[in-house]
Amino acid sequence: MTSLPRAAWRILIAGIYLFLLAPLLVVLVMSFDTKPYLAFPPAGVSLASYAAVLANADFAQAAGASVLVGAVVALLALGVGVPASLVLTRPGWRGHAATSGLFLSPLLVPHIVLAVGILLVLAPIGLLDSYSGLILAHVAITIPYVIRTVSLSLGGIDRACEEAARVHGASAFTTFARVTLPLAAPGLIAGGAIAFLVSFDEAVIALFIANSHVNTLPLAIFRYIEFRTDPQIAALSVLLILGSVLVMLAIERVLGLRRVLERPAK
Amino acid sequence: MRLALLLPGLAFLAVGFVLPLLWLLRISLAPQTGDGLEAQTYAAVLGDPFYWRLAGNTLLLGAIVAVIAVLLAVPVGLFLARTTSRWRGVLVSLAIAPLLTSTVVRTYGWMVILSDRGLVNVTLRAAGLIARPLPLANNLTGSVIAMVEILMPYAILSVLSGLGRLQPAHEEAAALHGANRLRVFTRVILPLALPGILTALLLVFVLAISSFITPRLMGGGRVFVFGTEIYNEATVTLNWPLAATLAMLLLAAFAIVITLYGRLAAHLSNAP
Repeated sequence: MTSLPRAAWRILIAGIYLFLLAPLLVVLVMSFDTKPYLAFPPAGVSLASYAAVLANADFAQAAGASVLVGAVVALLALGVGVPASLVLTRPGWRGHAATSGLFLSPLLVPHIVLAVGILLVLAPIGLLDSYSGLILAHVAITIPYVIRTVSLSLGGIDRACEEAARVHGASAFTTFARVTLPLAAPGLIAGGAIAFLVSFDEAVIALFIANSHVNTLPLAIFRYIEFRTDPQIAALSVLLILGSVLVMLAIERVLGLRRVLERPAK
Repeated sequence: MRLALLLPGLAFLAVGFVLPLLWLLRISLAPQTGDGLEAQTYAAVLGDPFYWRLAGNTLLLGAIVAVIAVLLAVPVGLFLARTTSRWRGVLVSLAIAPLLTSTVVRTYGWMVILSDRGLVNVTLRAAGLIARPLPLANNLTGSVIAMVEILMPYAILSVLSGLGRLQPAHEEAAALHGANRLRVFTRVILPLALPGILTALLLVFVLAISSFITPRLMGGGRVFVFGTEIYNEATVTLNWPLAATLAMLLLAAFAIVITLYGRLAAHLSNAP
């Protein structure tokens, strides 16, 4: 008697999943099309679009820039986020709550608001349309993600291990480098990966401060599809998705995607 | 020692986050001529019916997107919270993985699906159901559909974490005591899920009213919201005081919504 509602329920869930994944699936299908313009259904299967993308100097440059910016952002965010996490996961000092809140606050401000602010700050110092300006903005918005993931890992460490190291004569730095750091490695990897991804996919701030010089993958795709759509951009999108999926798999492996992405219900 | 460890992070936040927000406030208060601070631009914006309509459109779009996204997210959240399938981990990842793919790419995917020669219109025409393509792209309909899908993973995550406390035992106990399915849902599941649903509504709403990539690409120049207007003023018209003022107003809307939500959440958790 319960089998019919049960079947209906399953179909509903499957339908919602299909809706959720539809744009990604469609982009994947279109990327193998042979037509020079975008229309359903695909006329045939080929890798021509991928070849065209790889031969496009503009896209190649954008891809290189995206990877480089993402890597620099990840390293900088880890470099400043890990020391801060060490302090923030040891509460019990004055101003802890306020400092903690400040480090997480970029999550609460919409990117478009921050984008205008960044534009106004970079313009007078001549850093508009520069990669350093973009990197600065991306580090600011990725610090909260790094703090959260690294803190998750640090919070799970048994303090007795560190104390044991200190009792046996290890210096504070040695304890950190030989005990704390290896134990927190999953958080560090996930934090770096999420910082890379946020930067790699970020288009809002990039659109506000970029002009003719700065060009990243999301920017290149945005500028292209504003005026035309063809299978070439589908192929480029698939490459962008593949990059994201690879990094995601790494995060899922070491720490779990859900724990990293969940926003504090506050 | 503590300060030395915090300092590099604080420096980046100061230059890349705090300073831009302060500068935003300063420029929004800049007078047309000379120095000093005046609320001229605010007065001009608040006195212009165009911006009131814009704000109305934006809030309406945000509300529609939030309600639909949450209506779709609740079944998925319920399903994921209760399933005992060994694919659960994979299904959770599939539901939230779209978060980590570019908004630009997903909007592009929706352009392919909804345009005149897109998947939906071609299929419906081949089936003989429509004579002319349905206007699904380059308008508000397309923007809503794409934004619902793009923001839904946030809603699923919120609903799911709200349901973390739901256990099969709760439902079984209610059923044992004679509650029918509807009663189990309204008296057991819904109250437990409510905080998560509220968070989901809030999150999708604030993200929707601040978005501009999807309205701009899917709207085909016909959807005007705060985000698209801020982008135009900041990068096309180059009226920075106006862009800054609109951004500050958006930030104020954010603060108001989050404060109201905080009150509501506190009220809910105090309720018996």
